[in-house]
Amino acid sequence: MHPAFSVIFLTTLIGAAQGLFLALFTTQTYAAFKLLPQPDAHAFYGQGSLLALVLLVAGLVASFFHLGHPERAWRTATKWRTSWLSREVIVLPAFMGVVFLYGLAHWLDWHPLLMTLPGELPLDPTAILGVAGTVLAFALFLCTAMIYACLKFLAEWHSPLTVINYVLLGGASGFSLAAAFAAFTAPELVSFLAGWAAIITLLGLFGRSASLYRNARLKPKSTLQTAIGIKHPRIVQKTQGFMGGSFNTREFFHGQPIAVLRGIKWFFMLAVFPLPLLLLVSGMQGTMGLLVAAFVVQYLGLLAERWFFFAQANHPQNLYYQSIA
Amino acid sequence: MTQLALVIDLNVCVGCQACVTSCKEWNTAGSAGPMVDQNPYGADPTGTFFNRVQTFEVGEFPNTETVHFPKSCLHCEDPPCVPVCPTGASYKRKEDGIVLVDYDKCIGCKYCSWACPYGARELDEQQQVMKKCTLCVDRIYDMSMTEDDRKPACVKACPTSARLYGDIHDPESAVSIAIRESGGYPLMPEWGTHPANHYLPRRKTRIKIHEDELERADNPLKVDRQLPKPAMSEPTLDDVTTW
Repeated sequence: MHPAFSVIFLTTLIGAAQGLFLALFTTQTYAAFKLLPQPDAHAFYGQGSLLALVLLVAGLVASFFHLGHPERAWRTATKWRTSWLSREVIVLPAFMGVVFLYGLAHWLDWHPLLMTLPGELPLDPTAILGVAGTVLAFALFLCTAMIYACLKFLAEWHSPLTVINYVLLGGASGFSLAAAFAAFTAPELVSFLAGWAAIITLLGLFGRSASLYRNARLKPKSTLQTAIGIKHPRIVQKTQGFMGGSFNTREFFHGQPIAVLRGIKWFFMLAVFPLPLLLLVSGMQGTMGLLVAAFVVQYLGLLAERWFFFAQANHPQNLYYQSIA
Repeated sequence: MTQLALVIDLNVCVGCQACVTSCKEWNTAGSAGPMVDQNPYGADPTGTFFNRVQTFEVGEFPNTETVHFPKSCLHCEDPPCVPVCPTGASYKRKEDGIVLVDYDKCIGCKYCSWACPYGARELDEQQQVMKKCTLCVDRIYDMSMTEDDRKPACVKACPTSARLYGDIHDPESAVSIAIRESGGYPLMPEWGTHPANHYLPRRKTRIKIHEDELERADNPLKVDRQLPKPAMSEPTLDDVTTW
């Protein structure tokens, strides 16, 4: 497939935002159980939610560049019964709304006691919003990944690993960002967040390696024989029917030599996993520069990872577009 | 229930591209148009087509066959492009099974083209909506045309009658008989899309010539006592008269 930068930015930006929100609410939950010191709610949760919101808006803006008719985007909410894309379009604004309210409640110090849970656990609106946001964050990971995973023709995507990796890679970049952000706003949380970022990055390494291993061993279900229905083992396309390009030759081919593909794979395998891991572990004591570098390197790596994700998918329609004459 | 479809006979398609140009001519002026070309006279021309004729070589020299392969939307009975559409712009008509795109609802997200294993959908670069074969839906129901003209433009254009058109759910239709009796098959059956369009395979064409077809049966030895016997090198009656 031809990797579209609009979608690359959409999926990586909102993935990081979802991970960041999950990191914020994980911290709040730990703090509620007194497993972590209570950070400055204004700075950490309030500004953290704002940061997540900025990433979500940036992702949403990027996604509009993928559309031929952005002014009709509102129509996409109508077919949620059948289309994962439609579901994503519903869940994304819902998640943005909850992140906004969650951040606002913390920003305004709006903590009226709704009830006390067993174990002297106070329940305020931010906890309810946090749970709702967590559910929506995972729902959004599921929707985004299922857009690709549900396409059975694209064998490289049609796997539970796609969903697992969207969750893990979004989570890893979000927790890295949270660790870097905490270095500025809540230094006492850095080691906790950087630790989790490292763990999720490590899990992501396993998940992505598993999908690379799987994809390298895929056998295409469709062949030229089934594509035109002729059983002979040797079929060669002489012409695809036209001399110039078409939508079919632009949209479904990445157009890069195999060396570029391989180079990008090795770049992201380094930049998404071992390098940030190293930076996170060495920055665990709160070194701002190292933590920011960890997130930046990981995010750049994720851009390459997403590019590769699209480029690697081999669409069966390509069988029909092999030769120009 | 009706399922309109094309049946394409690969045995007689000669790859003349008449269906391609006829399709483009009709549809660029019809309700599905315009089918925009970009840079048509430049170095890298591109444009929207609903129908393409491709050419494949089967076998190894000298035992090869050239197969011309017309390719358009197959109007699948279980179209994978329809459920993925987030706006409902892509739909399959219940009354005749034609898969269509509502250009007023399409947002140009290209997701349906990803979900089509056949590459039958093309985004129009100027209108920025997804386009595909409509089976000439603006033609086949046009009562101002004679019944013979109420067929897709490609079917009308084919000089070798390689394209049949009809209802594949009607067991007595010409297309159903062709599929049944000439080994009609769908493309990429492995995906379970159940394409409505079918293809008829290449067949060996053999002619059995009998002796009496070479010599006149009513006068096999050119023996005629009443007239001077013509020399064998002279033209026969068949060659000099039209009767």
